[in-house]
Amino acid sequence: MSRTYLLKTGAALAVLALGAAACGGSSGGSKTNNAKGVSAAYNAAITSVVNVSDKKGGTLNYVASSDFDSLDPARTYYAYSWNFQRIYQRTLLAFQPKVGKEGAQVTGDLAKNKGVFTDGGKTVTYEMRDGITFDDGSPITSADIKYALERSFAEDVINGGPGSTYLKPVLVGGDAYKGPYKDKAGLASIDVTDPKKIVFHLSKAFSDFDYLMALPISTPVPQAKDTGARYQFKPVSSGPYKIDTYQPNKLLKLVRNDKWNAASDPLRKALPDTIVVTEGLEPDDMDSRLLNGSADMEIEGTGVQPTAVSKILTNPESKKLADNPSTGFTRYITIQEKVPPFDNIHCRKAVQYAADKVSLQFSRGGPVAGGDFAGQMLVPTLPAYKQFDEYPSGPDHKGDLAKAKDELKQCGKPDGFSTKIATGNKGKGPKTAAALQQGLARVGIKADIVAVDAATYYTGFIGVPDNVHKRGLGLAIAGWGPDFPSEYGFFESIVDGRAIKAAGNSNYSEFNNPEVNSLIDQAQTTTDVAKRNDIWGQVDKKVMEGADYLPFVADKALVYRAARMSNVYINGAFGAYDLMNIGING
Amino acid sequence: MGRFIVRRSIGVVLLLIIVSMATFGIFFLAPKLVGTDPARLFAGRVADDATVKQVTKKLGLDQPIYIQYARYAKGIVAGRDFNNGPDKTHCKIPCLGYSFKNDQAVWALMLDRLPVTVSMAIGAAVLWLISGVSVGILSALKRGSIFDRAAMGVALAGVSLPVYFTGLLGLSIFSYNLKIFPNVHYVGFTTNPLSWASNLLIPWVCLAFLYSATYARLTRANMLETMGEDYIRTARAKGLPERTVIARHGFRAALTPIVTIFGLDLGGLLGGAVLTETVFGFPGIGKLAVDAIAQLDLPIILGVTLFAAFFIIVANLVVDVLYAYVDPRVRYT
Repeated sequence: MSRTYLLKTGAALAVLALGAAACGGSSGGSKTNNAKGVSAAYNAAITSVVNVSDKKGGTLNYVASSDFDSLDPARTYYAYSWNFQRIYQRTLLAFQPKVGKEGAQVTGDLAKNKGVFTDGGKTVTYEMRDGITFDDGSPITSADIKYALERSFAEDVINGGPGSTYLKPVLVGGDAYKGPYKDKAGLASIDVTDPKKIVFHLSKAFSDFDYLMALPISTPVPQAKDTGARYQFKPVSSGPYKIDTYQPNKLLKLVRNDKWNAASDPLRKALPDTIVVTEGLEPDDMDSRLLNGSADMEIEGTGVQPTAVSKILTNPESKKLADNPSTGFTRYITIQEKVPPFDNIHCRKAVQYAADKVSLQFSRGGPVAGGDFAGQMLVPTLPAYKQFDEYPSGPDHKGDLAKAKDELKQCGKPDGFSTKIATGNKGKGPKTAAALQQGLARVGIKADIVAVDAATYYTGFIGVPDNVHKRGLGLAIAGWGPDFPSEYGFFESIVDGRAIKAAGNSNYSEFNNPEVNSLIDQAQTTTDVAKRNDIWGQVDKKVMEGADYLPFVADKALVYRAARMSNVYINGAFGAYDLMNIGING
Repeated sequence: MGRFIVRRSIGVVLLLIIVSMATFGIFFLAPKLVGTDPARLFAGRVADDATVKQVTKKLGLDQPIYIQYARYAKGIVAGRDFNNGPDKTHCKIPCLGYSFKNDQAVWALMLDRLPVTVSMAIGAAVLWLISGVSVGILSALKRGSIFDRAAMGVALAGVSLPVYFTGLLGLSIFSYNLKIFPNVHYVGFTTNPLSWASNLLIPWVCLAFLYSATYARLTRANMLETMGEDYIRTARAKGLPERTVIARHGFRAALTPIVTIFGLDLGGLLGGAVLTETVFGFPGIGKLAVDAIAQLDLPIILGVTLFAAFFIIVANLVVDVLYAYVDPRVRYT
C-alpha cells in the first residue's frame, strides 16, 4: 500500500499511550482534550497537547506538495485528505480529537453515540443529533447520509474511495447495487424512515462497522446538490468551515460557516478564522517555509526531507518544534509463494534470515525518518500488538547468515538461487530493493531488480497475480497501513486468502491459510475485546510463521509544527497531527 | 504579405494536425507498452475487473484508435459531452480532452494556468532581451576589455547553471534567509500588481540569467562579425556617426538570428517553463504537465504537448514574418 494511498493510522506506541493516559482526560466527546497542555519540546505532541488554547482568530497557513486526492468525501483515500476533511465536514461518527491511541477511538459526531448493535450484530442503529445543518442552513437528515453512502456504489463515476469495497460485502443487497445514478430506488438495507435515525441491515455481523461510519464516506451529501463527478469542486459543508476558494493543485481556502451550530458539535473548537492550504510546492521548499516561519505545517504528514532532518535535529530551537511519531505503516517485502522456488517454505525462510535489516532501515531514511526495526506485520499502534520477532536477524540486525544457509540446504538450494525483486521506480522503493539485493547476495541468492512505473506499481503490476507469476517476481517491496485503526482494517486485505483478487489484489504473496481465514471470521464475531485481541495476535503469529512476509520497519516520520500553533498533538487514528482543532496562539 | 501569412497559417494547421496524430498515437500506445491501463488508474487501487471494464467503456478506451482520435479531433472543433453521473459535462470548443482525474476539461485547466506561465515568460523575456543584447553589444564594441571578459565569464556561468540551481539559491538567499521576498508564491496580476511583480522577481531573474547568457554571447558574436563587414567600413567612410553605424547598420544585421532564437525560446517557455515553475511551485502550464506525468493523466499530457507545439509553431510563423521586416533581403514569397 502506498504511503499516501491509504489511511495512516495509529501514532502512539504503547509507552506513549501510557504517557497520554497519565495526563488524565475528560469524557469522550468533549472539546477539551484528554491531555494537559505542554510547552513545545521534542516529541511533546506525541504524548500531550502542545499549547492548549481556546483563542480564536487568525489565518493558518498550511502547505502540501500535491493536491488532495479529492474533496468529494466518497472519493478520497489519502490519509491527510481524511484528516483535513475533519475540519469542515462532519461524519456520522468521528475519531476522537485526542492524543495517541485515544484518538483512534470513535465517538458520535452527527450521531449522538456509537452504533447500537442488535439482531446478533446484523442490525446497527444510529440516532442523529439535534440542530445539525448544512452550510445553507438546511437541516441534515438521515436521508442525506444514506444518499452519501449510496454514491460510493457508483464506481464508474464516484471512483477512488474505499466505500464500496467495505460496504458491498457488509450491507444486505450491497453486492448487486450500482449506485443512485442507475438505481433510483436506493439501497433498502439502509433504512431512513425516521429522519433522526439511520438503521443498517448487515448481511453478516461486522464488529468494525462503527469505524466505517467514521470514514469520510458517511459525510452527508444533499441529493439536490450532488453534481456527480464534479461534486469535489464544491462539496457542501456540514462543519464549522466551508470552502471559499478551491483551485486544484494550487490553493484551498476555508472560511467560517456561519450556519454551523456549535451547540450541536461537541468535537470542534473552530478557532482560526481562515485556513489556507498552498499546494504543489517542492518538498524542500516546504521545509524551508516551515523553518523560516512562513508556513505553519505540512499537512501530508510524510515528514521533512533529509536536509531538514539534520537541520532540525542539530538545532535545539528547531528540535523542540518537531515530533517523530509512528505513522502506523509497516514496510515489508512480500515473498510470493506461487513463484518458485518460494513454493518451498525453507527458501522463504532463507530470505527472512539473509536480509540485512540495518541496510533496509537505512534505505527508508534511518531510525528517525525511516522507522523502528519490525519483526512482525502488526503495527505497534494497534491494541493486539505483542512484540515478537519470528526470524531474528542477529544481535546487530544485519542478518543471520548461518541460519539462512541452513534454510537454503533444507530448501534444496545450498548454493542459492536466482529471483527477481519488484519495486516502484520512485521514492524509497529502489533503494530498498538494492539493500535487499545486497543482503541476499551474501548467501548466494541472486536477485535482479525490476523497477516499474510507481503510479501503477500496486494497481497494475504486483496487484495482478498473473503478472507476478508470468514475470517470476519472487519478491516485492510493499508497505501497508490500515484504512481504519483496527486489526481487521490492517489484516483483512493482505492476509485473508479469500480476498485474493485477479486484479487490484493487495495480498501480493497470495498467502492463503485456512486457519488464518477462520481466525479472521472468529475475531469479527467476538465481542470480548481481550479475546479478540488474542485472536488477532494469533493471526499475526501464523502469518509470520508462513514466512510470506518480511517486515523490516514500523514507519516513522519527522514532522514539524509552527511555534504559534495551539492544540497540536498526534492523533492515533492518523499517525499525524490532528488538524481538527488547531488554532493560533501568537 | 497577406498571402504569405495565409499560406503559412494553413501550413501551421496542417502541422498541428500531424503533431496531434503523432502525439495521440504515442499516448495511445505508450501505456500499452509499459503495461499501464489508464482505466485501472482511474478506477483506483481496490477496483475489481468489472469496475475497470465499466470505466474502460466510460472513457471510450474500448474503441479502436482511429475512432478515439476522430472523437478527440471532433471535440476540438465541435466540443464533446462527458458523463459525470447525474448529468453530462459539456467540454467546450476547443475541447483538448477531459481529465478524468481532475474532472475538468483540459483546455479549461490550461487556460487557468496560462496567466502564470505568460507572466513568468514575458517578464523574463523582457529582462533577458534587454540585458543579454545590451551586454552582447557592449562586449563586442569593447572586445578584449575587462568588461568583455567579465561579461562573457558571467555569461558562461549563466549558460552552465541550471535554473533548479539558481532558483533554489535565489530562494535560499532572498526568501528564506534575507526574507526580502518571503513565502514566494504566485499572485494574479489583477489581484495585486505589486505582489504579482515582487513574487515573480526571483523567477524572472533566474530565467533571465539563464537565457540572457545565450543572448549576450550570440549578440557579441554577431556584432563582431557584422562590424567587420565591408559595408560597415563604407558607412564609416561616408562619415556617419558611430552610433548610427552601430545601431542602423551593425545591430540591425546582427538582429536576425536573435529574432529567430527569441521566437523559439519564448514559444517554448509559453508552452510551460517546467523546471522554473516546479522549483518555485508556480502553478503554470509546466507544473500542470509535471503533475499530470506524475499521475499519468494522459489527456492533460496530450493537451499540454499540443499546446506547447502550438506556441512553438506559431512562434516560428511570427519569426518568419518579422524576418522580412528586420532584414530587407528577405521577401514574403
